[in-house]
Amino acid sequence: MPLPTGEVIGILGDNLRLRKSVLPLPTKVATKWTEGLGLPRGGQTVVYTGLMYQLIPYIEGLVKAQIKMGDSWMARYTGLGRRVNRMVNVSSFMARPSAEERARYDQVPINVVHLLRKAGVEFGALYEDDLYSGALAYDLGLDEVVAEHAKRVHAVFKKYGVKTVITIDPHTTTMLRSVYPKILKGYDVEVRSYLEVLAEKGAGANGAKAAGTGAEVVLHDSCVFARYEGVVDEPRELLAAAGVAVRDPQNTGRQTWCCGGPVESLYPIKAAANAANRVAELRAAGTECVTMCPMCYVNLSNAAGSTMRFKDISEYLREAYAS
Amino acid sequence: MTALVNPGLAAELDRADEFNADACMNCGVCSAICPMGVDVAVRKLFRYVLLGMEEQVRAQTEAVFSCLLCKMCEENCPAGVHIAENVRTLRHHIVRTTFGLGEG
Repeated sequence: MPLPTGEVIGILGDNLRLRKSVLPLPTKVATKWTEGLGLPRGGQTVVYTGLMYQLIPYIEGLVKAQIKMGDSWMARYTGLGRRVNRMVNVSSFMARPSAEERARYDQVPINVVHLLRKAGVEFGALYEDDLYSGALAYDLGLDEVVAEHAKRVHAVFKKYGVKTVITIDPHTTTMLRSVYPKILKGYDVEVRSYLEVLAEKGAGANGAKAAGTGAEVVLHDSCVFARYEGVVDEPRELLAAAGVAVRDPQNTGRQTWCCGGPVESLYPIKAAANAANRVAELRAAGTECVTMCPMCYVNLSNAAGSTMRFKDISEYLREAYAS
Repeated sequence: MTALVNPGLAAELDRADEFNADACMNCGVCSAICPMGVDVAVRKLFRYVLLGMEEQVRAQTEAVFSCLLCKMCEENCPAGVHIAENVRTLRHHIVRTTFGLGEG
């Protein structure tokens, strides 16, 4: 049985309001990916994670705990858990991913940094000021909480004089590019996904030549990239230029089939069932799949188990251009 | 069966002129194409809103929050209904009026 919907939404909203993220991460964990990259702090152009990739292993731990709790006597005490969580960050005790799991997700922003550099883009990072965008809370209808949080993110951009933000995942992209202009006054930050930046510059800019990975992959489009932000051609162009043969599954491009991730925080069983349906479509087209969203990656790979192999698009691109 | 009706419900939900449930012509493409299946009958939800049947909307809370907001329905809607934003608006309404949440 799922946990009470209102209480779960309440906990996520309280966390965003009090701790700047639906699932607060220690600063050391959130910024671990920046180590050794020598990224300047701030600047007019910054690469921005919105914590999405860093959050996934923690969300996974939390969802597993939720499923266990939903089937136990503890479900009745979710309301009490919410009250305690206002004082003590309870969620941090429920999810403790290993260093290895965290490193797997940190690798994506690291890949993006190498790819952007190879393409001749100059940019900085915001380190501990790289805040969560509020994506999940917005989807859940917590508009007032998100409006206040968006002001914090905007204040960070103003503090560092940021004019252009290069995002990595689709959810942060749509929040910063399509939602913030509707809810913030005077917000004039240019927001572009790194896939758009690389496609425009040519991933092989600055004389970089694709190593030709020889891979053959099934491409799973993210709903948010494809239908909210119109990012459909860019990943295909980049993969083709990298020598990766792309196969489209049934339901692709703007007609892509959702991975189920958006309902995982409330109804993990429904999310898993939807992911299993999508995996069946992907598997009919091949055994290796490329994703471009951390939620798609984790939901689909969990549903597929050992029957398919999933990799983030940044891995193929880095292998071809910046390894 | 009796139903308390709030005739102003649709107007209350139309905060930013984006809630356009009245554009729905009940053709059923959204239901046919929804990855989550019949659990989320947005056509039905929109009718409840237009008729001011607030209790019936609240009774569908799990359906409202089971929507993926993936826009597969919206992409294929022949009437141009802002389905995902309409559902998100219903969530905001339920979050405030049923769960007592939403303060910034």
